[in-house]
Amino acid sequence: MILNDEQKAMLDGKYGEGAAYAMKIQVGIGECFDAPRMVPIKRAHVALSNQAGDLWFAEKLVKAGAKCRVAPTVNPGFCLAHFTGECAHPVDGPSAEHMQRTNDAYRALGAVLSYNCTPYIATNVPNFGEVCAFSESSATPYVNAVWGARSNRESANSALCAAITGCVPEYGLLLDENRKGDILVHVEANMKSDYEYHLLGMMGDKIGEGIPVFTGLPKVITPEALRNLGAQLNTSGAYGMYHIVGFTPEAPTLEAALGGSKPKREVVITDKDLKDFEEKFSDEMHDGKVDFAMFGCPHFTLEEAMYIARHIEGKKLAIPMYILVSSHGRQMADRMGITDILTAAGAEIIPDTCPDQPCWHYLKGKVGITESPKCAYYPRRRGINFVIRDLDTCIEAALTGEVK
Amino acid sequence: MAKRFSCHKISDGKAQSDAIISQDRIMFYQVRPEDGMMEEKNHCLEGRIIAKKILVFPGGKGSSVVQQDGLYHLDRFHNMPAALIVQNPDPVLVAGAIIMEIPMVDRLPAEFYETVKDGDIVAVNADEGYVEILD
Repeated sequence: MILNDEQKAMLDGKYGEGAAYAMKIQVGIGECFDAPRMVPIKRAHVALSNQAGDLWFAEKLVKAGAKCRVAPTVNPGFCLAHFTGECAHPVDGPSAEHMQRTNDAYRALGAVLSYNCTPYIATNVPNFGEVCAFSESSATPYVNAVWGARSNRESANSALCAAITGCVPEYGLLLDENRKGDILVHVEANMKSDYEYHLLGMMGDKIGEGIPVFTGLPKVITPEALRNLGAQLNTSGAYGMYHIVGFTPEAPTLEAALGGSKPKREVVITDKDLKDFEEKFSDEMHDGKVDFAMFGCPHFTLEEAMYIARHIEGKKLAIPMYILVSSHGRQMADRMGITDILTAAGAEIIPDTCPDQPCWHYLKGKVGITESPKCAYYPRRRGINFVIRDLDTCIEAALTGEVK
Repeated sequence: MAKRFSCHKISDGKAQSDAIISQDRIMFYQVRPEDGMMEEKNHCLEGRIIAKKILVFPGGKGSSVVQQDGLYHLDRFHNMPAALIVQNPDPVLVAGAIIMEIPMVDRLPAEFYETVKDGDIVAVNADEGYVEILD
């Protein structure tokens, strides 16, 4: 790999030990993928996770004196203000301290403390063709497929390294020839709501490794549906890019999406595939009852919070409901009176928070309901189980405590 | 006689141990740190131990956090795999291996995959670019 003088100086420690360490990791990644050089970026998103490994790495960089050249937006941990103090189930001291240390480390590195996993919808939106470094399951496919920007499927760590060095190795999805689809996915299932895109994304085993080209999808697809598709593609597999024929910018036609080649495989996804998955993936309920509802993995948009508010306004929920949103979404909800409607019904609208965090300690052993398979997938290791259903069924379950 | 195969270095180092072969993609987050046991439901390695083994697998999966964090937890209990032999590396997996300093290689010839069996003693030398199946 050939580095320019500035990059070489960084690797040699002229800009400090932290920048040298970040550059060394990126050069290692670049060499793995035969990248010829590093190219500059102006935009990054780091999948901060507040997990032990995340904090270890961030503090290691801070101790080495690293500073971000490109201030990245970051993923949620949990909202300290919400889960300490007057909260009904406050987190324990060590968990609160851990989150505080994560906050302090990323602050010292110079990150934008956005604590939101859907930056591509509002706060950090790249231009068509822009090279950037986005980590987070739902973010990388969104910026590549939907915005036509160019990011590899960065890890939380490699995106942070890119924010520090201000450059990325040039390989993979940064290059035209690697962005073409090679798996043709005929969607025969009825994609009647954003929920079906969650299920479609969970078909990674059936789709296989490569870049899927989806055909048969509706003409109108919401940002939420695209968010769901990307999030679940990277729960069931590892995908940085996809195409939707006649919809995403690099797929005006099937031929363009495939780059004029024949697909290496063709897959058909039916209603039965989606239904079978929903059944197989859900955990056992006790007598058709659930203990709580959780939404916002990835973060719910303001529109989704408004949708729930319309359905539960003036009613009382039978079980707790947690709606996870960006701090921006929460503030808009406050201003618009949405928060009041949700709170009056017994729902909580919480900013900056992810389902896979220690703040949910009090849900251990309980069974929740959610529309997101990813929301069900990760908290299992914390002893929290989930049933997955479409959003309307989830809302109904929150009102009655039972799953119809 | 040991059979030697060429490979491509991803992460520095060398190691020798029993091979454990996965047909399914791996997410280290789903491996129990205390003993290195695969906990993922319906995974072909469910219930098996990957700690200190040479893990031969098709690729990684899961969110952009789970590989490095999963390996970090395994490392705290000294239960990381000894080395990784992968078919389809992705950046999340690669960054995880480099940061956690596990030897990892790819680009093994098809003959390696036809030959290697679960439990074979395998030596990985990422630095010199070869893998050996020992008798």
